[in-house]
Amino acid sequence: MATEESYPEDLRYHPEHDWARIEGEEATLGITWFAQDSLGDVVFFDPPEVGATIAKDEPYTEVESVKAVSDVIAPLSGEIVAVNERAGTNPELINTDPYGEGWMVRIRLGDPGEADRLLDAAAYRDLVAD
Amino acid sequence: MTAGELRKTPLHGEHVAAGARLVPFAGWEMPVQYEGVAAEHLAVRERSGMFDVSHMGQVGTRGGDAAAFLQHAVSNDVTRLAPGGAQYSCLCADDGGILDDLFSYRPDGWGVDYLTVTNAANHDRDLARFGELAAGFDVEVVDRAPDFAMIAVQGPEARAAVAGLASAELPARMRASTLEVAGARALVCGTGYTGEDGVEVLVAPADAPALWRALAAAAVTPCGLGARDTLRLEACFHLHGNDIGPDRNPIEAGLGWCCKEETGFAGAAAIAAVRAEGPVERLVAFAMTGRGIPRRGNPILLGGEPVGAVTSGSFSPSLGIGIGMGYLRAGIAEPGTAIEVDVRGRRRPAEIRAKPLYEKSA
Repeated sequence: MATEESYPEDLRYHPEHDWARIEGEEATLGITWFAQDSLGDVVFFDPPEVGATIAKDEPYTEVESVKAVSDVIAPLSGEIVAVNERAGTNPELINTDPYGEGWMVRIRLGDPGEADRLLDAAAYRDLVAD
Repeated sequence: MTAGELRKTPLHGEHVAAGARLVPFAGWEMPVQYEGVAAEHLAVRERSGMFDVSHMGQVGTRGGDAAAFLQHAVSNDVTRLAPGGAQYSCLCADDGGILDDLFSYRPDGWGVDYLTVTNAANHDRDLARFGELAAGFDVEVVDRAPDFAMIAVQGPEARAAVAGLASAELPARMRASTLEVAGARALVCGTGYTGEDGVEVLVAPADAPALWRALAAAAVTPCGLGARDTLRLEACFHLHGNDIGPDRNPIEAGLGWCCKEETGFAGAAAIAAVRAEGPVERLVAFAMTGRGIPRRGNPILLGGEPVGAVTSGSFSPSLGIGIGMGYLRAGIAEPGTAIEVDVRGRRRPAEIRAKPLYEKSA
């Protein structure tokens, strides 16, 4: 179902297995290859509301596999400016393309300084290798 | 066995080698999935899959009163269990509560008159209950769990795959035969837990890995407990500990068909009373009519009011929607009734459906 294990260098990572692609004052968020692999077949993703505020380290949505529900933790704080409706109707995109078409939300950053506290790809790779 | 130490089936090495994801289940370390729950589920619905169910237990009964004893112990009419036959029943407490649900076989050549398969989590309690009920009967109750590994092979192509390895014709549905399969002496049973045709094969633990590999070579897909659970839920088979248990009687669970109170089995009087009065609640099956996946424990609502709780809930890979079962007041348990399930604070629409939720159209 999924792609090869990968952790792109241009992303920043949260230890709860979430990624952020930071572009100026905005960031796109999703879950990592490791997270989708642990979950198994993702069968349900209900995108949150545009305009909602999310807080770093707090759950902002859920994904469900056949067997289990998992909280998705916000790697950064901010206001949701876009959600991936397509992943809502095709949740398997979260397995097949976790860093691309399987993105979850786009936020306007509340505190750009928070990004300094995220892991780079090498540090996250070490974390999941344990 | 020390606390926290998980038991391993004879097929544990096969699961590890195949990269299965292993989880604790009823004191055993068992594969929950290999490639993925949905793919394994669909392999069983469309082709064939195999499940290591060696964690399940076996209780043998033998002696001059074996038939009379089993008639006393389990809920079905054991006089109708012919040689080479299979029969489903409940093991009940005196108050009618369901201690376990069981398949009993009357096999030839295994040193017992009857062989009863137990759920892993209940095996020790079932053995104790059998021992307690054996008083006054000329019968010996023997723990045969250490003597068997068990592989369930299920799906429309399952019989052909097993037949290709077997020394003689496979037993019909609800029959059991002693054959050689992949060179091993086996008790082959025409039973299962998926809603598909297929067999369950019992062999000596030492013979299990070679049989597993032979089945894999015959293109049978290895499947984990995840797919076993979604398949049985679509077929509306009960999972003991979820949908049935000591606090539920067979009538409310929809298992009255396997209770023959006139035989006088232990618990029969209590069950006859429930049958006569009608149960307060009934186990219903439901499907979501919109988005959302029901999970065990989620409240079930009717007209906004809580009327029950989900006992089993999952995404259905065959139907592509959330499905589940739960107990509702008998008067509101009709198929077609619109209900809601409170899925972590969000009310999701659902509808009571007739059982089973999934049935082969072919």
